Amino acid sequence: MKTQQLLQTLADAPGPAGREGTICDIVMDLWRPLADDIHVDAMGNLIALQQGTLPGTGDRRAVMAAAHMDEIGLIVTGIERGFLRIHALGGVDRRVLLGLEVRVHGRSDLPGIIGSRPPHVLPASERRKVLPWHELFVDLGLPEDEVKRLVRVGDYITVHQTVAALKNGRAAGKAMDNRACVAALTLTLEALRHRAHAWNFYAVATVQEEVGGKGAITSAYGVAPDLAVALDVTFATQHNDSDPGVFELGKGPTIGVGPNCHPQIVTRLNEAAAADEVPTTIEPLPGSSGTDAWGIQVAREGIPCGLISVPVRYMHQPVEVVELKDIERTGRLLAGFVARLESDYTPRWEDAVEADAEERPPSAEDSADPAEART
Amino acid sequence: MSNLITHLEALSNAPGISGDEIEVRRVIRPLIKDTVDDLRVDPMGNLIAYRAGTGSSPLRVLVTAHMDEVGLMVIGHHGDGSLKIDTVGGIAARLLPGLSVRVGKKSLPGVIGLQAIHRADGLEKAPNTSQLAVDIGAKSKDEAERLAPVGTSIVFATRFQTIGNSCLGKAFDDRAGCAILIDLLLGERFPFDVYGVFTVQEEVGLRGARVAAYTVEPDFGITLEGTLADDLPKEEADVSPTTELDKGPAITVMDRSYITPPRLLRHFVRMAEAEGLPFQLKQPGIGGTDSGGVHRAKAGVPAITVAVPCRYIHSPVSLLRQSDLTATALLVNAGVRQLATQDLRTMK
Repeated sequence: MKTQQLLQTLADAPGPAGREGTICDIVMDLWRPLADDIHVDAMGNLIALQQGTLPGTGDRRAVMAAAHMDEIGLIVTGIERGFLRIHALGGVDRRVLLGLEVRVHGRSDLPGIIGSRPPHVLPASERRKVLPWHELFVDLGLPEDEVKRLVRVGDYITVHQTVAALKNGRAAGKAMDNRACVAALTLTLEALRHRAHAWNFYAVATVQEEVGGKGAITSAYGVAPDLAVALDVTFATQHNDSDPGVFELGKGPTIGVGPNCHPQIVTRLNEAAAADEVPTTIEPLPGSSGTDAWGIQVAREGIPCGLISVPVRYMHQPVEVVELKDIERTGRLLAGFVARLESDYTPRWEDAVEADAEERPPSAEDSADPAEART
Repeated sequence: MSNLITHLEALSNAPGISGDEIEVRRVIRPLIKDTVDDLRVDPMGNLIAYRAGTGSSPLRVLVTAHMDEVGLMVIGHHGDGSLKIDTVGGIAARLLPGLSVRVGKKSLPGVIGLQAIHRADGLEKAPNTSQLAVDIGAKSKDEAERLAPVGTSIVFATRFQTIGNSCLGKAFDDRAGCAILIDLLLGERFPFDVYGVFTVQEEVGLRGARVAAYTVEPDFGITLEGTLADDLPKEEADVSPTTELDKGPAITVMDRSYITPPRLLRHFVRMAEAEGLPFQLKQPGIGGTDSGGVHRAKAGVPAITVAVPCRYIHSPVSLLRQSDLTATALLVNAGVRQLATQDLRTMK
């Protein structure tokens, strides 16, 4: 039940890309008691540090875990007779907009609806038409002069939706992408409070992922971690989608494999999953993962990345469905991965390890190196 | 009158698709039982409230408002535990994707989702109802069948709210009419017998009103509605908003189901003018109302429909103005009351 409440607190809050203030405050309140240091950077990313607790030599290495806290939304593009003209903020699905309740973040938060003309007046040819942006609008139920006083072009709009508990520990709501993973990251912070780790752990709630992974790029530069793991959602099987590339709800998170994911981190994530008995599935990602990991990987001189994803149904729709167990497993998997990072571990490529070994015959000292011994 | 909004809230939040109006009856019954002289449910499910007149007029007047709303019904189950659905009443399937719904007597939360935008083939064509399903979290066909057997009713999850002069909620077509009929039955006694009938199955063919009119055999039939207001921004010059918000009650001249006798139309227009109430004539030709079922009962019943203009009917959330609702209630009260003082029974 605790995870359900945590998820609801996070998912119900508004946080459209570029206006993450409200959700950031909520995450800050959740993370502050779990962090040794917490701050918001210039882009609006929330960065919490948990100092390593195990003894180590020299500077502690840093691992960063990123989950974006922004969500897709809408933006006011005009006001006409008191109706608001709107456009997409991020990858909005126009097929799901009709009949939705929204909140317009004007001078105050105003309830509104995206109106749909009744079937009585729709010609048959129009009934299956998905409306273009210029035929969509928000009705605030207020007189025109009041609308003009309260709302301006450029104001943000979010879907208004409360998390509903479905059967079998599943939950439906808006912004499960990616509050499900902000919840998982919160669980990791809780777990690492009670689990020794050698590395400094940076939990980052990033901004503006839905408009191009902007927050991840700058926070990875700022934190400058030695390795990073991004948490995001992936596609779940649903009644109208069971092709390859989708993953069952309730079977645990996926571990990404492909150009975005350093093979040694993939191996270590798999090992942590096996050791802590967390069920997972491998998710093949032939190109961009479409997540924060894509930007983090190319920050500074390059940062070895991993990606853990929570399956979600109906992505980018106001009724995204997740299974709570998958969120808990994601939090546990990440905590196990972080706790197992040896103080002097460096992610390395297999051929580099081999080349080093050829140049320098193994000595007794080298083989005692736990990082080397693993490969 | 002051309770119109409170009653509308309770009525709007109650589930009641055509043929399954029991929860709406449960809301209405306690509100009126102390002021009516007889209250019964007929074989179709119509809730018939009889209120004796003062005896000064021999008329018998039928006033109807339909309880049923458009919604969905479970028609089968997929192997993954999702529910196959069909629409009950007129719903454009294109507005179903992305919605939250409530399933069955236990009001189980469910959702209707599409393939993710990232994985969809095309985004310009809305799916058919047969391509959609309701997800209640069930994991197997067996579990889904147990939780929501074939025939289970599904309604929109919308909860009522007010914003300034506006109300937002589901099923204002026709819970707005129900709220006004309740108001009428709670008011001063009429000179003649009034049968207030909360009808069933309007959305699937005006079926409750038809049998109610047969039973009551009234001199006049008055239908109270929440009707469509299509007064929205449009690309071309708008010649047909049907009705508009803020212009008061909409009086029907003609719709797809019936034609109002001129004398009844004139009577209600004169009443609006006499009471200083705003009114509008609903643009003819669109929609059907219970008057269509009433006017051809037995030897024929002069009938008229008076409606509250509502935007976005037959969708998860409709919108009306409290001022329009109040003005409609006032006009209906005056118009019905004054039926006794004018000889409207002979065709002129």
